[in-house]
Amino acid sequence: MPPYTLIIGLETHVQLSTATKLFCRCSTKFGALPNTQTCPVCIGMPGTLPVMNREAFELSLRTALALNCSIHQFTKWDRKQYYYPDLPKGYQISQYDLPFSYEGWLEIQAPLSLGQGNGAGAEGSAGTATPSPQHAPPQRGRGSLVSKRIRIIRAHLEEDAGKSTHDETAGVADSRIDLNRAGTPLLEIVSHPDLRSAAETRAYLAELKLLLTYLGVSDCNMQEGSLRVDANINLHIDTPQGKIATPIVEVKNMNSFRAVERAMEYEAPRQYEVWQETGQKLGDVPKQTRGWDDVHERTYGQRRKEESSDYRYLPDPDLVPVTISAEKLEQLRATLGELPAQLRTRLESTYGLTAYDSEVLVNQGRELVDYFVQLAELCGNGKQASNWMQQDVMRVMGEQHLSIAEYPIGPAALAELLKAVKAGELDTTRGREVLARMLVTRNSAAVVIQDLGIEKVDESDMYALCQELLNANPKIVDDLKSGKQQAAGSLIGQAKKRNPNINPARFREILAELVAREPTS
Amino acid sequence: MTLSRADVEKVALLARLELSSAELNLLTPQLQQIVEYVESLNELNTEGVEPMAHALDVANVFAEDVVRPSLPREQALANAPHQDGEFYLVPAVLGE
Ligand SMILES: [Zn+2]
Repeated sequence: MPPYTLIIGLETHVQLSTATKLFCRCSTKFGALPNTQTCPVCIGMPGTLPVMNREAFELSLRTALALNCSIHQFTKWDRKQYYYPDLPKGYQISQYDLPFSYEGWLEIQAPLSLGQGNGAGAEGSAGTATPSPQHAPPQRGRGSLVSKRIRIIRAHLEEDAGKSTHDETAGVADSRIDLNRAGTPLLEIVSHPDLRSAAETRAYLAELKLLLTYLGVSDCNMQEGSLRVDANINLHIDTPQGKIATPIVEVKNMNSFRAVERAMEYEAPRQYEVWQETGQKLGDVPKQTRGWDDVHERTYGQRRKEESSDYRYLPDPDLVPVTISAEKLEQLRATLGELPAQLRTRLESTYGLTAYDSEVLVNQGRELVDYFVQLAELCGNGKQASNWMQQDVMRVMGEQHLSIAEYPIGPAALAELLKAVKAGELDTTRGREVLARMLVTRNSAAVVIQDLGIEKVDESDMYALCQELLNANPKIVDDLKSGKQQAAGSLIGQAKKRNPNINPARFREILAELVAREPTS
Repeated sequence: MTLSRADVEKVALLARLELSSAELNLLTPQLQQIVEYVESLNELNTEGVEPMAHALDVANVFAEDVVRPSLPREQALANAPHQDGEFYLVPAVLGE
C-alpha cells in the first residue's frame, strides 16, 4: 500500500444559460454554423465597447450565494493577456484581485472508506491503491457515505474563448477558428484542494451539477462543453523524514464525470512513480499541464507555454465596476428556492424517507420531487409513495424516455390507487396490473379496478378457502409444521388461481394461523 | 526602475514581436525613457488615497439579455488574412 494521500482541487468552468454573450448581444445558442454568431465586440474590432450582461451577473451571484460564498460589494473586471488564435482581442476579460465572490463551501456525500480518517497513509492507500473499474456512483445508497464540506476559494465571472480545430487527416496545414463561443459567459468555480480521492472528486462534481441544475443557471452538458473541469493534483507522501508534497500537475480535457474519475485514478500512481524516480518536490519544477486521453485512458504531457505565468492583468478600462447592495443580495437570496441539500433533509424529516430514497428522488430534479410531494400528501404515506415512484413511475419514465411532466398519470390519480392498495382492497401485484392498465386506458384507478373484476375478498371466504386447501394438502401442512416456510408459496399460488383477488399477504397470515391449529399428523 | 535588454526581449515575446538585435539596442533605452516618464507619477503623495478601479465615477452599467443580430459571416471574416468562407484559418495550433 503506497504511503501517500491524494490531494485534488478543481477549477470548474460553467457556461451560464443566458440568451446572449457576456459583453455583446450575440446569441449563445449551441450548434450554429461556424462564425455566424459574432459581432465587432466579440471578434475584437478596435473601437468597440463591451457592456455587461445583467442576467449573466445575476445568475453568477445566485450561484455564489448557493455555494455559501461571501460577496464582494465592489467588484471589477480585468484583462488577462495572452496570445492565442481563438482569443481575438489578445486578452480575456476575467476577474483578478476582486472577484465578485470568495470563501464558500459545497457539502458532498463522500464515500466513507475513501479519503477519511487521520492517518495519511491509510487515507491515501484506500483512495488510490486499487483503481478498480467498479466504483459505485455516489448516488448508490448513502449508508456508507458521510457528509464532507469542500471549501470554495472563489467564483468569478469571465468570458469564454472561441474554438480551434485541427484536422490532421485532411492534410491541411491550417487550424480552423470558430468564434461563435468567444465571449460566452463562464462562471469559474475554484475549490480548495480538499478532495482526497477520485470518488470524492466525482461526488463533488455530481453535487455541483445538481445544484447548478436546480438553480437553472446552466444546462451543465459536458459533451457540449457547458461544464468543463480542470484538476490540480499532487501527492502528500509519508516518509521517515516527514511529509513530502510532490509538484502540482494540472489535468485538462476531461469531458465526462467518468473521465475525471479515471484521470484521478491514473494520476495518483503515476505521480508516485515519478517521485520515486526523480525525488522531485513541490517547488522544484514548474506546474506541469497534462491532457486526458479518453481513448487510451491515460494522461499525457502538454507543451508548456513558456510565458503562461505572465498574464499582466490590468483593470479593463472599458468596463465600469459593479457594486452590490445588501438589499440586492437579499432579493436574490430569496429567489434561490429550495436547494438539493435542504430538499433531501425535508423529504427525510417530513415523509420519513431514508437518506438513500431522498437522494434518488432529489437527483431526478425538482419537477419529480414536486410530483412525489403531491403524491405523498394525497396518499398519506411517504414511504409507499417513494416506493411506487422509484419502482413504477421512474421505471416507465426510463423505458419510454419520458420526463415526469410527460408521465401520463398525475399524482392525484396515482394516489387513489395507492390508497386502495394501502386499504387492502388489492395487493401490490394487482396494483401494478391496475397501474399498467391505467397507463394504457387513462382511466381512473376505480374504473380499472372494476374493469379487472378486482374486489376485496371477505375474511370468512379466505379462511374457508385456506382450510379447504389445507385439507387437500396434508403433506404441505406437515412441511409447514416442520418449519419449511417455502411450502406456503405453493398454497398461496393455488389460492390465487382459485381467486385472483386473494391478497397474498393476508392469506399468508391466515395460513399461519390455521396451520398452528392443525393437529400434528 | 531600470529595464534590461532581457526585460524588453520578454515583453516582445509576450507581444509576439520579433525584434532583431539592432532593434533591441534601439528600443531598450527608448522603452526605459517611457517608463521613467510614467514614473514621474510616483512624485505624488498617494498616502491614504483609495485606489481607483476606473477613471469614471460610474458603476453598474448593464445591458439586458436580449439577442440582437450578429454580423453576416462574410462580413465577420472579411478582414481575415486567411479564411475559407466558414472559418478563420491560422497556422497549425497543436496540443492545445
Ligand atoms: Zn458579439
